[in-house]
Amino acid sequence: MQPSALDLYRLAPEIVLCAFGILIMLAGAFIKNQRAMGWLGFLGALAGLASLRCLVQNPGLAYNNLVRVDDFSIFFHALVIGVAGLAILGSFNYLDREQLQRGEYYALILFATAGMGVLAGANELVTAFIGLEMSSISSYILAGFRRKALKSNESSLKYFILGSFATAFFLYGIAMVYGATGTTRLDGIAAAVEAGRSNATWLTLGIALLLIGLGFKVVAAPFHVYTPDVYEGAPTPVTALLSSGPKAAAFALMLRVFFTSFGSVSGVWFWAIWAMAVLTMFAGNLAALAQTNVKRMLAYSSIAHAGYILVAFAASTELGIAAVLFYLAAYALMKLGAFTVIGHLGGTDEKRLDIKDYAGLATQQPWIAACFALFLFSLMGLPATGGFLGKFYAFKAALDSRLVWLVVLAGLNSVIGAYYYLRVVVAMYFWEPQKEFAPVPVPPAVTVVLFLAAGGTIYLGLFPSAVMNYATLSALSLR
Amino acid sequence: MVNQTHLLTVLTFLPLLGVLAVLFLRAEDRNWIRRITMATAVAEFLLSLFLLRGFAAASGGYQFVEIYNWISSPISGTPLIRYHLGIDGISLFLVLLTTFLTPLGILCSWKSIETRVKEFFVTMLVLETGMIGVFVSLDLFLFFLFWEVMLLPMYFLIGIWGHERRIYAALKFILYTMLGSILMLVAILWLYHVSGSFDLPEVQQLLQSGRISLPWRAETLLFGAFFLAFAIKVPLFPVHTWLPDAHTEAPTAGSVILAGVLLKMGTYGMLRFCLPLFPNAARHYAPWIATLAIIGIIYGALVAMVQHDLKRMVAYSSVSHLGFVVLGIFAFNTTAIQGALYQMLSHGISTGGLFLAVGMLYDRRHTHEISEFGGLAAPMPRFSALFLFICLSSLALPLLNGFVGEFLILVGTYARHAAWASWAASGSVLAAVYLLWAYQRVALGPVTNDRNKALPDASPREKLILATIALMILFMGVASPLFTRRMEASSQNILEQMQSYQIHLADRTPEGGR
Repeated sequence: MQPSALDLYRLAPEIVLCAFGILIMLAGAFIKNQRAMGWLGFLGALAGLASLRCLVQNPGLAYNNLVRVDDFSIFFHALVIGVAGLAILGSFNYLDREQLQRGEYYALILFATAGMGVLAGANELVTAFIGLEMSSISSYILAGFRRKALKSNESSLKYFILGSFATAFFLYGIAMVYGATGTTRLDGIAAAVEAGRSNATWLTLGIALLLIGLGFKVVAAPFHVYTPDVYEGAPTPVTALLSSGPKAAAFALMLRVFFTSFGSVSGVWFWAIWAMAVLTMFAGNLAALAQTNVKRMLAYSSIAHAGYILVAFAASTELGIAAVLFYLAAYALMKLGAFTVIGHLGGTDEKRLDIKDYAGLATQQPWIAACFALFLFSLMGLPATGGFLGKFYAFKAALDSRLVWLVVLAGLNSVIGAYYYLRVVVAMYFWEPQKEFAPVPVPPAVTVVLFLAAGGTIYLGLFPSAVMNYATLSALSLR
Repeated sequence: MVNQTHLLTVLTFLPLLGVLAVLFLRAEDRNWIRRITMATAVAEFLLSLFLLRGFAAASGGYQFVEIYNWISSPISGTPLIRYHLGIDGISLFLVLLTTFLTPLGILCSWKSIETRVKEFFVTMLVLETGMIGVFVSLDLFLFFLFWEVMLLPMYFLIGIWGHERRIYAALKFILYTMLGSILMLVAILWLYHVSGSFDLPEVQQLLQSGRISLPWRAETLLFGAFFLAFAIKVPLFPVHTWLPDAHTEAPTAGSVILAGVLLKMGTYGMLRFCLPLFPNAARHYAPWIATLAIIGIIYGALVAMVQHDLKRMVAYSSVSHLGFVVLGIFAFNTTAIQGALYQMLSHGISTGGLFLAVGMLYDRRHTHEISEFGGLAAPMPRFSALFLFICLSSLALPLLNGFVGEFLILVGTYARHAAWASWAASGSVLAAVYLLWAYQRVALGPVTNDRNKALPDASPREKLILATIALMILFMGVASPLFTRRMEASSQNILEQMQSYQIHLADRTPEGGR
């Protein structure tokens, strides 16, 4: 069956991203200058953002109702494509330094982003599965892109094996849900569940399996154990991407599946989410306390942040969903910024990762230190940053749903978190500078990334209304 | 002549303008950095005096009010968080105290801060913005924003320019405070959940009119969350342990601001939030809180007595003095509350002065050990005279500022509970012991240490600092009506707010929840 023009419009971002990906692969064979591929990739991301216009103008269902274009989908498309663009921009100099400058790197980022887009727009579980695989498989390769580094190999392999395992769970969950309701369409499932036309046992089992698969992708405890190794071993710009893009897309799918399809049986999964939120926050924060490697510490911190997002998730209201969306946007900016700083300072072969290596950075390179401090404060949740507003909306939504203890636990966790973020600030500002590392000049591309991430973090911290309003609109389109 | 409608905004953000100016200078132009910072702080102080002119003493409500919508509610689009500023008789003088102490702190750092000069003065100005913001915010969100943001400059002040154990002290300070404030954030959100507003006057109005009511359990928990945050800041015994470390390790200017202004945020918070919003819980727990305050008064004084480190002694004396303030607040009568307010101001001035004097000694000898000094009156007569004057103010000698506050607190407390007042009064006696004993060992007797023989007397800059403090001490000691006149209506107002709530509660739940 031929897709109609409208179908194509509604899939425009994915088509554009994949087209640019393929173009890069082709051009890479003929053009020597691999760095030009990077610019092509960046252009692809910009074109992807521009193609969102097609989505805005043509909301609705596409491809026999497999894909849904609504505000929710547009929000996540903008988020993941924006993240991809910044990640590409932040990779140029890193790849030069590590002598890894190859076109397929950028192509893979674009393919992964297309997969995330599919995830955000999926209206059907098998389509979602395709999106999940697109983004995951590209991510596995990207994690191992430093082929000569043992840690990178480890990272890739771990990610691949555990990731496949989780995907299998997800697939099994789809089968169960199909068995229980007779459809894989999200709205169809919702109708079946609401009408009581579903087999409760298989449905519960299916929900549990889907939750395990998605819990792995959003890095929630107890499915988080792979994260530190994967994030630490992957090339830092890839870590930046992994910790913000795929996570956001996985949350998008999780929101859609749980609120659109299983919204009427929230009693089944509510306490699982509650427990996962608590467990995730504690697992991330307590383990991060003991880290001396900054990259690894931030990996644990991203686990903790998944926990805070789950707090908003547990609120199970429009406000809660909007809070998840806002949090993800703020989180993507600060995490991207922080990892970009680490990647830039890391030096050849990423040798400078220990907290001691950051000693006296504030006197050597005040601007980089100030940016890093800003991202850390935002991760910590200090007011006037996007991170604070994220927590604020999340806690507010949870309290409005009367989850007082969950919020208190989340609050205590953010104090625990403050300790390890502040340790880096202590090293940068209070310790004497090290002679070992000379100041590293900041290339323009990195400057732009840091500027955008820092500016975005402050913007979200002072004027959150615009983004929050759109996030709320998106949340409303979910039901 | 000065546009009074935006005075509070100007006061809050003027220091940031100074920051901008300083940022344009090169780090080597140290003198210009100092001058511009000082000029900003002095301009700020002069500008804040206009508050006195425009302030209507008879009114207990908020004045100089500014309201703008800031962050709108996502679903309905109604204003969620507003930029709402205003002051009353309680915050008026705390703002003035801030603008008065900041230039002194900058002046005392003129020579003693030699590393990262630019960053230091920028930090001082950012700190001033944060402090004023806390005192003038009337929106709970805005208040919390300033409350948290202000931690950072102080954290950097202690951590970068402090003494040997500065990193430990800085971390302890910020983590302690954050622990308290995160619970306060939860309470603020809960309050929003109940009332649908972040606006303090609006929430107050809703609670007092009885349109919304808090069950006893909720009120206790909310009160507890707010109170803990403020108690840590005050600090009330037994959550005071961050204070000696932070005060001792901070640079002089940091200690002055910490003791002078930051501690007052705790007691200010109690007056502004705990009493008017949760009067029943406040009443119920007042005996316990008063007990802790009295323990703090006596314990702080006793520990101060046995310190061999001059700066640590002053730090513990703060625990004791702030105990008086908390006691006054929880005595629930106009006299005691005015006394508490007065004590907040005079403690800021006299303890600030003590830290300044101790800092001057440190600049000369690089030690705070009392035993290293002795007989300083001979080489440094002028300094010693002014130092004595400040000590006398701190131990509440009549005619000086400390006396007014303590006296009012004791009179007010006596009316409520004679035993509380008598226990607390013993703190005044102990204050005389530790302050005079320390002064005796530092300044009187023969010069025991040879290195002290040739110490220079106070320089003109130091004399200016100490004399300003001394004048203010004397002025506040003899001209107290000028201050209390403006505090009275607002203190009265707080008590009335507590009363009106009581009435509603009485006809709502007969069992009262106790």
